[in-house]
Amino acid sequence: MTTPSSAIAVTGLRKSFSTHVVLDGIDLDVPEGTVFALLGPNGAGKTTTVQILSTLLAADGGELRIAGHDPTRHPDRVRAAIGVTGQFSAVDNLLTGEENLRLMAHLRHLGRRAARDRVTELLDRFDLVDAARKLVSTYSGGMRRRLDLAMTLVGEPRIIFLDEPTTGLDPRSRRTMWRIVRDLVADGVTIFLTTQYLEEADQLANRIAVLDGGRLVAEGTADELKRMIPGGHVRLRFADLFLLDAAARRLVGSVRDDDALALQVPTDGSVRDLRALLARLDGESIEVDTLSVHTPDLDDVFLALTGQAKQEQETVR
Amino acid sequence: MSSLAHTTSDSWTMLRRNLLHMLRYPSVTVILAGMPVIFLLLFVYVFGGTLGAGLGGVSGGRAQYVEYVTPGIVLMAVAAAAQGAALSVAMDMTEGIVARFRTMAISRAAVLTGHVVGSIVQTMIAVGIVLGVAVLVGFRPTAGPVEWLGTVGMVALVALALTWLCVALGMASGSVENASNVPMPLVLLPFFGSGFVPTESLPGGLRWFAEYQPFTPVTETLRGLLTGTPIGNSGLVAVLWCVGIATVGYFWARAAYHRASVR
Repeated sequence: MTTPSSAIAVTGLRKSFSTHVVLDGIDLDVPEGTVFALLGPNGAGKTTTVQILSTLLAADGGELRIAGHDPTRHPDRVRAAIGVTGQFSAVDNLLTGEENLRLMAHLRHLGRRAARDRVTELLDRFDLVDAARKLVSTYSGGMRRRLDLAMTLVGEPRIIFLDEPTTGLDPRSRRTMWRIVRDLVADGVTIFLTTQYLEEADQLANRIAVLDGGRLVAEGTADELKRMIPGGHVRLRFADLFLLDAAARRLVGSVRDDDALALQVPTDGSVRDLRALLARLDGESIEVDTLSVHTPDLDDVFLALTGQAKQEQETVR
Repeated sequence: MSSLAHTTSDSWTMLRRNLLHMLRYPSVTVILAGMPVIFLLLFVYVFGGTLGAGLGGVSGGRAQYVEYVTPGIVLMAVAAAAQGAALSVAMDMTEGIVARFRTMAISRAAVLTGHVVGSIVQTMIAVGIVLGVAVLVGFRPTAGPVEWLGTVGMVALVALALTWLCVALGMASGSVENASNVPMPLVLLPFFGSGFVPTESLPGGLRWFAEYQPFTPVTETLRGLLTGTPIGNSGLVAVLWCVGIATVGYFWARAAYHRASVR
């Protein structure tokens, strides 16, 4: 294998609607066969980004390459390589599930037999066989979303954009979607995902970017992002109160929990920091029973990075 | 496959989608035929006695007026169906499925072509219902096979022209509400022509407008084909009007679709 090339490469992407700047210079690089999650609060520009990358909107500026093609100059080459499942289900409510899939097969110019095989396979894979001949308007939210994604997959796209694919779904349907996404990635498909759910990004994505106010405020793996903000700590547990006392006296800034015989010590979570801490306790001959490292979860990261913490803390009069 | 083959194949796929919609909701087609049928009955039974007497023919009265008014009502049905197309296109554009079509490598005009051809099929059915009711209330066309063929051709051509125009208006109007109102004058235009009374009976300015507006030659052509009145050069003028309107409507609609795609 050669080094993986970029499925999506973006530099300096800008977009404004009249005077309102939505995207203010965004750089993205998504290697082939990976899951990239774009995280951000409502109105951060996530959907606009997907619309530009999927040729629905024209960018005001920036260099874009989707599957190696420029969406401005060769939109149809990009379109042939991508599939989009949007935030609002892109299904035809007046047709049955099977007819929707067949419509996609015809628009992808599959032959008669290939179309029939593909439709049967997708109905089966997405657990829609029983509902195949029912009108989509009678489907549940989870079924619609599955059909939506199945329609996207008819053309076997190499890059799939999922714009908030699980918004409004119940936990079971959400897990089903996650399983489907993982299967796709296993087949080498590149996924560009937007979500407001941090757990979703944590579960699925190789890399996460946080979008706020039209700019990327952070990018990295879930762990890298968690390490970016303070709030991590080490929890030490001791055999008795005497040891706890001894440790608490020596470790400035620690918070003691007498009932649990535990001590919380702030740390950046790095190995060096931990080693120093343990060396110091060793030096004082204070024996620690158990140790656990607590990194902040993505919720902490999200709130810290997108400036929403302030709003959350506003008191109610 | 060549791009022309793709365009044809995609348009055919979209047409099948629209025909399926129509089959799922046959009531829409019936409602489209309902309004002109009501106007037909109104004009024949309420106004027909007096208006027919004014035509000054031999038979006079109601029986003669049915013969006179039916082509005008047919055009009204065509205009109403075209207005329906404007509405259904505008509604379709708000659906997620059309956004999906835009992210796919399918030919630009296919979505609209599917709507237009589907609407023409719907128009032909509605016109068939209108003509059926007209025959029931006394309409006796004298048309032979050739004239009937000509009638079908003329109705299809005027439907093509009005539907493309209405689809363009629907695309350009920006909202579903506007799309249903903007093409409204089209339904009324047959009144300001030779659809319901001879243009000679109209006062000065209105008469001038009536004689030069596109619905009049189309009405005269249909009337000639169905009931044997003289057509003169109306046929040629009607065809030219229709081709002109269809061309303008097509390019306008396609440009509007493209604009909506790439903002």
